[in-house]
Amino acid sequence: MTITLLELGFILVKVIVIVVLMLLTVAYMTLAERRVSAWIQDRKGPNRVGPAGLFQPIADGLKFFFKEDIIPAHVDRFFYLIAPIIMLVPALLTFAIVPFGDQFSTYIGDQLVTFRFQIADLNVGILYFVSIASLGVYGLFFAGYSSNNKYSMLGGLRSSAQMISYEIPMGLSIVAVILMSGTLRLQDIVFDQYQLWNIFRQPLGFLIFLVAAFAETNRLPFDLPEAEQELVGGYHTEYSSMKFAMYFLAEYANLITSSAIITTLFLGGWHVPFGILEALNLPIIAEQIVQILSFAVKTGFIMFLYLWVRWTLPRFRYDQLMNIGWKKLLPLALLNIVVTALVIAIF
Amino acid sequence: MLVLTLFFIFAGIAVMGGILVVSFRNPIYCAFALVVTLFALAGEYILLMAHFIAIVHIAVYAGAIMVLFLFVVMLLNIRTEERASGGVRYMIYIAIPMTAVLFFELAYLTFKGFEKAYVRDTDLGTVERIGEALFSQYVLPFEIASIVLIVAMIGALYLSKRRLAIGE
Repeated sequence: MTITLLELGFILVKVIVIVVLMLLTVAYMTLAERRVSAWIQDRKGPNRVGPAGLFQPIADGLKFFFKEDIIPAHVDRFFYLIAPIIMLVPALLTFAIVPFGDQFSTYIGDQLVTFRFQIADLNVGILYFVSIASLGVYGLFFAGYSSNNKYSMLGGLRSSAQMISYEIPMGLSIVAVILMSGTLRLQDIVFDQYQLWNIFRQPLGFLIFLVAAFAETNRLPFDLPEAEQELVGGYHTEYSSMKFAMYFLAEYANLITSSAIITTLFLGGWHVPFGILEALNLPIIAEQIVQILSFAVKTGFIMFLYLWVRWTLPRFRYDQLMNIGWKKLLPLALLNIVVTALVIAIF
Repeated sequence: MLVLTLFFIFAGIAVMGGILVVSFRNPIYCAFALVVTLFALAGEYILLMAHFIAIVHIAVYAGAIMVLFLFVVMLLNIRTEERASGGVRYMIYIAIPMTAVLFFELAYLTFKGFEKAYVRDTDLGTVERIGEALFSQYVLPFEIASIVLIVAMIGALYLSKRRLAIGE
């Protein structure tokens, strides 16, 4: 395997662009959350800072920086300081395998160079997402433990139980997709959906994955780890300033990544529906841009769905949460695998 | 050269983590050190082109087993390990020489078989190759392992439910 300097440069550019774009999207997701919630509840929402409140995230960010950074005296300092980092790093790492555009090869000078619109095209593909995403729970866990506070502790305990429970149906719903495409590589899974998106071939799998993804990102109706009315603030009760902001960043980064993964697995990734792209007959660069836009629009829709659900549904009780995870989603996911495997074996 | 440098970095982290696992008194710190060791080992697997093993290693050990372990530690609220009492305290004088002997045995065998240990094939660790091997050459051991796991699961379930029945 030889990597030319040009390809290495392209990878570096991709990494920087994606991380910057993700952090920007996170900032504007906070604004979107507040505006959408206001819209759903028939309020106005933040609209004073800049045109239509567009500079609100910048103001919020500055405020976070200037807040006093308090480390309470009763905390376990090592874990208290490392927990927000452990939370944020996996959230940003998982986006590395998402293919956000097709690949194309071109001659530069006399050298064939392939440009992939994906940071890492791993052989283990989707397994990487499953395993790295499951590490975020350590952040919640250590935050709950180190804060030395009963509310934080309860939040940490709840979150770990919840994330372990919902990882299983999530993984099993992915298995059905893998059975259909016969590969773990995300780029190949996207190619496999050229004719028909997986949401139509795997409607049950899509629903299970969606519910499990909501639970994994700790979003309502599964936000028990930080249920304000019961736990004050949950695992991040004792955090302030930028350390608190890092939990926020991680939550929204997780949301973006799981939206992107849902798009890739079930909504055809960067494919443009109804053969519009073929009909337009664009030059290759424009075609790539249209595909990346298509991916962005689909991911944006799923992100909107997250907000929509959050401000529409109430929170589950803890026993309801466990019942849904273990007694409903898990058998359904197993059934989905069996049916999918049977259909593949017969036809 | 890069691979060798990375090998020593990961090996150093793994050994340090291993020492910390046994030297910390607080079980949460021990668990954290063990997770660090597991990551360093996953790094070594990637250097050996065994991507699948590396990622499954992280998913199963770091992502599931250690989380469950921490969950139990937190649920029981164990703050520090209690000092061993009675005869167990003197076990250390047997344990250290035995560990030393075991270590030298392992080191001797590893250095003897050093020539055989290098990676011959670069796509050996891919999902396709492991799947083929598991479902053709090693299908019987694979199925036996799954049966053993199911038996263990049913046993655990039975034991926990029996305790419940007595309590009621």
